[in-house]
Amino acid sequence: MTASDFLSRLRGRHNEGIVALTIVLLALIVGALNPGFLGLATVFNVLRNSYEPLLFALGVMLVLLMGGIDVSFDAVGIFAGYGTSVLAAHGLLGGHLWLMFLVSTLIGAGLGAINALIVSLGRLSILIVTLGTRGIFVGVMLTFVGSSFISDLPMSLQTFNIDYLYQTHTATGQLAGLQILVVPIAITCLLIDLGLRFTVIGRGIYAVGGSEEAARRAGFPVGMIKTIVFCCAGALAGAAGMVHVSLIGYANPQDIVGNELIVIAAVVLGGASIFGGRGSVLGTVLGVLLLELIQYCLIILGVQSSWDNVAIGVMIFVGIALQVKRAPGGRARVFAGGAKPSESPS
Amino acid sequence: MTGAAILSVDGIEKRFAGVHALAGVSLSLYPGKIHCLAGENGSGKSTLIKTISGVEVPDAGTITIGGQTYQGLTPRTGIRNGIQVIYQDLSLFPNLSIAENIAIAPIIARGRLRFSPAEARAIAERVAARIHVDLPFSALAADVSVAQRQLTAICRALAQDARVLIMDEPTTALTRREVDSLFATVKLLRAQGVSIAFVSHKFEEILSISDEITVIRNGRVVAEGPASGFDHASLSEAMTGQRVNALGRRRADETAAPEALRADRIGVEGLLQDVSLRLNHGEILGVTGLLGSGREAVAEALFGIHPITSGQISIDGRPCEIRQVSDAVAQGIGYVPGDRLSEGLFLNHSVAQNVIAASTDKIPRNMGLVTKRAVSAIARRMIKAFGIKTPSDSVAVRTLSGGNQQRVVLAKWFVDKPRILILNGPTVGVDIGSKREITSLLRNLSADGTAIIVISDDVPELAEISDRIIVMRDGVVASELHGADISESRILKELAA
Repeated sequence: MTASDFLSRLRGRHNEGIVALTIVLLALIVGALNPGFLGLATVFNVLRNSYEPLLFALGVMLVLLMGGIDVSFDAVGIFAGYGTSVLAAHGLLGGHLWLMFLVSTLIGAGLGAINALIVSLGRLSILIVTLGTRGIFVGVMLTFVGSSFISDLPMSLQTFNIDYLYQTHTATGQLAGLQILVVPIAITCLLIDLGLRFTVIGRGIYAVGGSEEAARRAGFPVGMIKTIVFCCAGALAGAAGMVHVSLIGYANPQDIVGNELIVIAAVVLGGASIFGGRGSVLGTVLGVLLLELIQYCLIILGVQSSWDNVAIGVMIFVGIALQVKRAPGGRARVFAGGAKPSESPS
Repeated sequence: MTGAAILSVDGIEKRFAGVHALAGVSLSLYPGKIHCLAGENGSGKSTLIKTISGVEVPDAGTITIGGQTYQGLTPRTGIRNGIQVIYQDLSLFPNLSIAENIAIAPIIARGRLRFSPAEARAIAERVAARIHVDLPFSALAADVSVAQRQLTAICRALAQDARVLIMDEPTTALTRREVDSLFATVKLLRAQGVSIAFVSHKFEEILSISDEITVIRNGRVVAEGPASGFDHASLSEAMTGQRVNALGRRRADETAAPEALRADRIGVEGLLQDVSLRLNHGEILGVTGLLGSGREAVAEALFGIHPITSGQISIDGRPCEIRQVSDAVAQGIGYVPGDRLSEGLFLNHSVAQNVIAASTDKIPRNMGLVTKRAVSAIARRMIKAFGIKTPSDSVAVRTLSGGNQQRVVLAKWFVDKPRILILNGPTVGVDIGSKREITSLLRNLSADGTAIIVISDDVPELAEISDRIIVMRDGVVASELHGADISESRILKELAA
């Protein structure tokens, strides 16, 4: 392998290497400015903040791979999370944590299926459909499920929060721990990555994103692939909603919706192409970590929280700029498949 | 004809909303033979291919394949019988690797859930070895050359056990060398018993590689037989239905006409090194060169798309600055781009709107406002002058045939007669009949005094139309041909040098 090949491999097909490098550099710089920053406590805290956006981001990435932009994920998340909390508060779930997560995930999958149905029936663009369902899901939730705070959640949920695999302290003496949640989330990431790379359906997702028509001609079950993707994205969002509730300790129906920017920024920064067909689990994970790290650093350095949005906005530009730069001559979308403009078919 | 036909169609008829696309077409394809379907746009050749591959079902007639006779095929029956079509857009997945592109369909057909990259690689290598090609299997399809993408499409067809390979205008985007390479591959497939059918309108290629030729015109077979029985003239006549005389080469008297444009050692960073050329009024200058030679960059530099970073451009003897397109237009230069669909036309807009697009300031105004009537008047004048076949000036330009679309692009610049016209590949994707007419249109325009630069890789066309030819290589002018020097063989020699 030549030097340039090696550098390319390191950089990663979706610029994952660059994101990883940025994470390291940022940590080092802030560590220099703020001794005590570099340490396990920081890692644990950043991780803790990343679980929820990561689950959302994975779902957004899956839909983006197919060539569509899903903006309903946060609505799905809160619907599932809050809905499950309502059920739990009424004692219907027996206080079992695993059941709560299961129910939340299933609700999310169901909402994802609704998205899939509308997209296929109306033959509408995914962006438009999810813009609509976003409003519908939240509206239905507030109207029929409930609109009040739920704070008397089962004990299992409250203790789950502080169920640490490993504990340590920050420089200022606060407790920081590696939550048990990291295990199922890591497994989820691994499963999704393996699925994308080593199953026919997984390759099919990329294929549909590359050229839906060609995917049909090749024999991919395009309709089924789309449904699976939407349901998975919904399930991930549902799980994220439950993670949100468990990390905060109460269920607020006004939560989540409104914080979607960081998720989309993370996905884009992680190398997923907004035109579809490109993206990786690793890239998405790194993208989320980088953005959460930035936010954490801003807090540590005492910067006003209003700068958060500026930082995220800048990162979205950076992420997209990196993508466009890679594409030849700015005609990224036109697949230069070789055919010069030809006669209109007859 | 040795052996039985592998595919036969008999009496195929197809109507589309009143248009009789196919009116009784019969032909047979044989294993180990290369069969060309020649025809102009609108002749029905595309519909015929779609019928054969199962995308369309004929209204009448039968298709016989694999010993069975069908009233119509479905894509699945077609594939099961070994019919593979490579459309002009190749239908590859730009974001998947070459190996995946080649192997994905057979892998899906195996019905498993698991996908093994190693298996895909093995399939791809096996198929590529069969036609002696070496492809970068792990590269993404979007990152390789057009020629390699085409080979990938052929491999993909072979991976699905193609017995009949149908290619739609396969050489449109290939350089000369790549075309030769493609033909070598096709001949190899022929030797292996594959039946190959390709659609083309390029005489040279049709005559050089085909075993059999079927000419289709107006939905009917008007001529068929072994390729040896055809020549340029008979092929052209069969396709257009008209006796076409080669336009006599006109050699303008170079010294007489005043100089319209001169480029002194112009360069564009990264695209052009050092180009000097001269163009007189009423002259047609042909510019050619291989891909990457800078032949298109010359046009883009003169028109201000990629302004020059060194050297000097002079118009009518006066040095001038062309820093952007509006400067060029102000100097009376018009440009017909190579990619007319994305650079030359507003596809969803009407013919009239496209025609006036470059000269909106010349439309007579009524109290400061532009009226539809004024626009229509200009549009109708140009439609007449350029022979644009369109039901009205308000239809979307997208609905016109390629030849007529190209005329719209030309007409756009002639609303306000340009002094200098630069054309990039003016007859790419245009049917034979329109090609002839556009060529003679250009002749008339130059006779009228317009100075014309034609950039093209269509050697016969250049040889016929140009008064002078410059051959580019690596960003500089490698050689110049005038007068009697101009011949197809001489141009080819300069290109290959």
